[in-house]
Amino acid sequence: MPANVTTSSPVNRRRFLQDTARVTAGCAVAGSFLAYLSLDARALPAQAIRPPGALDEDKFLAACIRCGLCVRDCPYDTLKLAELGVDGPATGTPYFTARDVPCEMCEDIPCVVACPTGALDPSLTNIDDADMGLAVLIDQERCLNALGLRCDVCYRVCPVIDEAITLERRHNERSGHHAIFMPVVHSDACTGCGKCEKSCVLPGESAIKVLPRRIAMAEAADHYKLGWEDRDPLVDELIDLPDRLPGPGTDNLAAPGGYINGTEALPDPSMEGGFTPSFSLPDTGSVGQ
Amino acid sequence: MSGTVHLPVGQEAIEAKGWMGAHKYLILRRLAQLTFLGLFLLGPWFGIWWVKGNLTGSLTFETLPLTDPFVLLQGMFAQHWPEMTALIGALIVGGVYAIIGGRVYCSWVCPINPITDGAHWVHDKLGMQKGWQPKRTTRYWILGTVLLVSAATGTIAWEVINPISMLHRGLIFGIGSAWTFVLVVFVFDVFVSRRGWCGHICPVGAFYGLLGQKALLRVSAVNRAACDDCMDCFAVCPEMHVISPALRGKTADTPLILSPDCTNCGRCIDVCAVDVFKFSHRFDTASAPGRVARSKPLSKSGASRAA
Repeated sequence: MPANVTTSSPVNRRRFLQDTARVTAGCAVAGSFLAYLSLDARALPAQAIRPPGALDEDKFLAACIRCGLCVRDCPYDTLKLAELGVDGPATGTPYFTARDVPCEMCEDIPCVVACPTGALDPSLTNIDDADMGLAVLIDQERCLNALGLRCDVCYRVCPVIDEAITLERRHNERSGHHAIFMPVVHSDACTGCGKCEKSCVLPGESAIKVLPRRIAMAEAADHYKLGWEDRDPLVDELIDLPDRLPGPGTDNLAAPGGYINGTEALPDPSMEGGFTPSFSLPDTGSVGQ
Repeated sequence: MSGTVHLPVGQEAIEAKGWMGAHKYLILRRLAQLTFLGLFLLGPWFGIWWVKGNLTGSLTFETLPLTDPFVLLQGMFAQHWPEMTALIGALIVGGVYAIIGGRVYCSWVCPINPITDGAHWVHDKLGMQKGWQPKRTTRYWILGTVLLVSAATGTIAWEVINPISMLHRGLIFGIGSAWTFVLVVFVFDVFVSRRGWCGHICPVGAFYGLLGQKALLRVSAVNRAACDDCMDCFAVCPEMHVISPALRGKTADTPLILSPDCTNCGRCIDVCAVDVFKFSHRFDTASAPGRVARSKPLSKSGASRAA
């Protein structure tokens, strides 16, 4: 067959191999570039918060088709689609900046309902279970409460007040006799809505900020045993160590009611006796300063 | 020689059918493109929320979900199985284009089409050479590469670049610097490659082309015997290789343009003074005698050219 002859001729074979190599190389170059851009798009800035129910960032960019339906159904205009070169997140993906407009934590979570693909996980039905991030009192030098004043605004506006943020009373070392009501965030209750960050009265940046949990939280030290939580002893039976009593080689002979050879050395003449050591020190036979 | 007496492309058709007749489908297409874009803009511009979202995903009258099947396919390659709403939306969109005509999307809906058509107009005015013309399979290789990259990176890869969604979403939600992608496509088509982006590169067009391989709507060169070789259809066609098999076919060959590359834009119908082409469907078996072989243009045609 003439067709067979031509296709198997060396010239055509070479042509085929060259074309294949060119196409493969072209696809590899273009594909690498595209892959670089795609991976680069994952670099989500710390202060860009995804809507409630958003999948983890590595899964989110596989699921979000950037249609903006969550943005449209957000009644408070909290959500925005990222614009190229203006906002940090991947172009066209939804996010919000808590300092501008925080999440109002709608009970019916319309943004999640609107998402057609499940990039916002529909299994999130109780907004209190949302996990958009974690508030962190990041500037403990300028926070008014940390200075000993009673601002309390972040605590007051928190939708999960007394659970996500509590005020912990501490001693005010500066004045010596006042209290500091320190705002403390509890990660099990904080939804990352950002109302605290929005309402912080400091000008400019907020002293309390919502950060992604991957940044805000450390991993638990599982290699440490927390004795107050887990009361089982590490070893089965207690090791009976010898009791230590005051005596030579210790520095507490003066107390309690310490015995000193010679009453003039007693710190207080009214202190009677105590006990006599069963042995005396080798040189002086007396103990004193 | 008649070759030296070039009338502008479409001039004969304008003389024969009037300006409106010679631009019918072009005008209809622009209206369709404006309508589809306008429906999305009614909400943000006038507060009439009939349609929410953009071309990658939308919700019409709070009930009809539509999703771009190519975007969803990339998501599946990135190992995300979408919720039912998106799947239904993609099935509707995919089904409609598979039945009507895959690349109808390209010429009647896609907002980049006016951009590349404009680029081609500028390209012609500047008298540019056709420039780099990649092989016709290039867009399929790019399509495959996009799906591979989606799988490898776990992202919807083409959306990082896609000038269609950059422009469409940009007009609706705010464009940022994404207009640069549109500008790049325009410059590419004017200076680097004639009909380059839509004709050789865009994997979205490639996807819809594959989707519509068995689609119904087809242009037919049913009156091909009347062709006077003015070549205007080849000059306006964005995918001119699709014309020859139908137009130059023998009597036994089908006059239907069956190539999946045809975008059903209808410009060949507009621009033909002797009405060789018309819209038809793929099961149209109307007989179409082949063009009579001739060595030089008919004198009648030559006379009309000189007029």
